[in-house]
Amino acid sequence: MKLLTLNFLTCARKACKSTTLAFPLRPKDAELEIVEADLEPLFIRNILPRVEWEALRTLCQDLGLPQLPPAAPEPAALFAPNPSDPSIPSDKLVRPGKEGEGEGEGEGEGEEGAPTQTLKDLHHVLLETTIREGKLVCGNCGHAYAVKEGIANFLLPSHLV
Amino acid sequence: MPQYLVRLAQTHESFRKAELEALAELAGIDIRFDFYDEDSPFCILALPSPTAAAILIHRSILSLSIHELWAQGTDYATLHASNHAASSIFWPHYATSSFRFTLDSYRGSRSTATQRTIIDSFSYMPLNGRIKMSNPDLSLTIFEDFATGSHEPRALYLGRLLSLSGRIAKTTYDLKKRAYISTTSMDAELALVTANVALAAPGKLFYDPFSGTGGFMVAGAHFGASVWGSDIDGRSIRGKGGKAKKDVVSNMVQYGLTSRYLDGFIADLTNSPIRGARGPGEDAARGGWLDGIMCDPPYGVREGLKVLGLKRDPGENRERLACVDRYMEEGYIPPKRPYSFEAMLEDILQFAAVMLVVGGRLSMWMPTANEEAENGEEQKELSIPMHPALGLVSVCVQPFNKWSRRLLTYRRLSPDEISPEALSAMVSHKKRAHGNGQNADDLNDFRRKYFQGFKEPET
Ligand SMILES: [Zn+2]
Repeated sequence: MKLLTLNFLTCARKACKSTTLAFPLRPKDAELEIVEADLEPLFIRNILPRVEWEALRTLCQDLGLPQLPPAAPEPAALFAPNPSDPSIPSDKLVRPGKEGEGEGEGEGEGEEGAPTQTLKDLHHVLLETTIREGKLVCGNCGHAYAVKEGIANFLLPSHLV
Repeated sequence: MPQYLVRLAQTHESFRKAELEALAELAGIDIRFDFYDEDSPFCILALPSPTAAAILIHRSILSLSIHELWAQGTDYATLHASNHAASSIFWPHYATSSFRFTLDSYRGSRSTATQRTIIDSFSYMPLNGRIKMSNPDLSLTIFEDFATGSHEPRALYLGRLLSLSGRIAKTTYDLKKRAYISTTSMDAELALVTANVALAAPGKLFYDPFSGTGGFMVAGAHFGASVWGSDIDGRSIRGKGGKAKKDVVSNMVQYGLTSRYLDGFIADLTNSPIRGARGPGEDAARGGWLDGIMCDPPYGVREGLKVLGLKRDPGENRERLACVDRYMEEGYIPPKRPYSFEAMLEDILQFAAVMLVVGGRLSMWMPTANEEAENGEEQKELSIPMHPALGLVSVCVQPFNKWSRRLLTYRRLSPDEISPEALSAMVSHKKRAHGNGQNADDLNDFRRKYFQGFKEPET
């Protein structure tokens, strides 16, 4: 389970959803695994404003990862300036019958310039750092959700529904 | 705006227009339908430019190609007259280009000799370049549209090919060649159409709360979206097999889409662990953070249909039966409160209203008994679930013998489009409905009708 995913999850109990104590879920006995993934610069740019930065910092701290800066990087810090972008002939933009791999690839670069180290670091933390085994504990009710082989189980036992 | 001819696939007719409209919205292209007929594979669109036309169609699943419309007629005399009048301005530009002519006869057949004669009848056009069958500079197609059983075409078109569609993906993602599927997997073609209608695209975050074997996630990732899925059935997320494991991940590996697959987790939509837009809590008036939701919720209908209706090899059927039986076993899935069809729809819509970004789309499949749909438009409209924060974008129908399923697509409205009165009325209605202790099966109208309709005398 990627740290990005964890940043969007809280306790499944209705009573916990409105409290700040339940978010983020705190990893316990976590076994981490780095799973390499291709860089998706456009996705990182779009998702960054939706990430709860403080919660991400807390997670990194809990997991003993390098400390993140106090504030999320600005969008401008994600791409190197791209001063001379030779205009692409418009008919080259369309690739008929395009198959899955590479659909829309490079769109982030074309408009934004090359990804910076900041973007690559974010990619590594959010999308390549995963919890393989362990528990995710609610800070409000104390319920622990198991993570096995990278898959978290959020089904509640009947007495908690 | 100039006119373009779309050669559509003559299948899933009611999805075609919705797909084209969605692709226009996605690319920010002005689109006007000058001719569209469910019974025809030809559609005439007014679009800003040939480039816009090509961009519009290049990821369409239910189109084959798009062409600059050079001429149209009801017979060859009027087609040629139209060609002289409307397209002679294009001719000088292609005077020395390599070119080819092809004939596309829909519901008609022409002998090779007749094809030759038809193509030769265009020899008055001043095209002096060489004929080149593969990748010519100019590819002209003569389209013939025959009414069923007719010997003469009812409509004729001449068009310059601008772009082929993305329909090849239907073959690439064919379930027959996919390692991990189940009886409820959506076929590749409709999953891809769903992703188009839901506006899946690079940089976006998509989610399927009933992900099963991950068909919508594959389709969303194909179009560049990063995808997430969850399911109440842990087995579908965990997959099967030991060493040569088959699961959603292995499907993503098969298609080279792993970096767009974020995660799968086990969860129930009614007690979802997904947080609201800004930390904990939910607020339907604020925009959320998902760009799109695609789902085919488990209404408990398709499973029944498959078991009762499908005749394949007995071994496979037994396995499917066993699988369904296990669903029924008490305690296999943690006990749930009685959960009706309508309550599930309500939950999905509420979830979408809270979690989608403004403009984000929910594309949801929903079965309907045909009898219900025959009672007229009004009732049909009534049976489409609505939410004050969601605007209905399109309704597409896939008919079967005794039932249909519909793809309902909604757009998350912006706060100033949402009526606060409607929002608060909905909340109080919901409290009432859930407070009076109605039995879930009473509410579950479709299921009741569906299973009654299916009970035929055994032979
Ligand atoms: Zn809790």
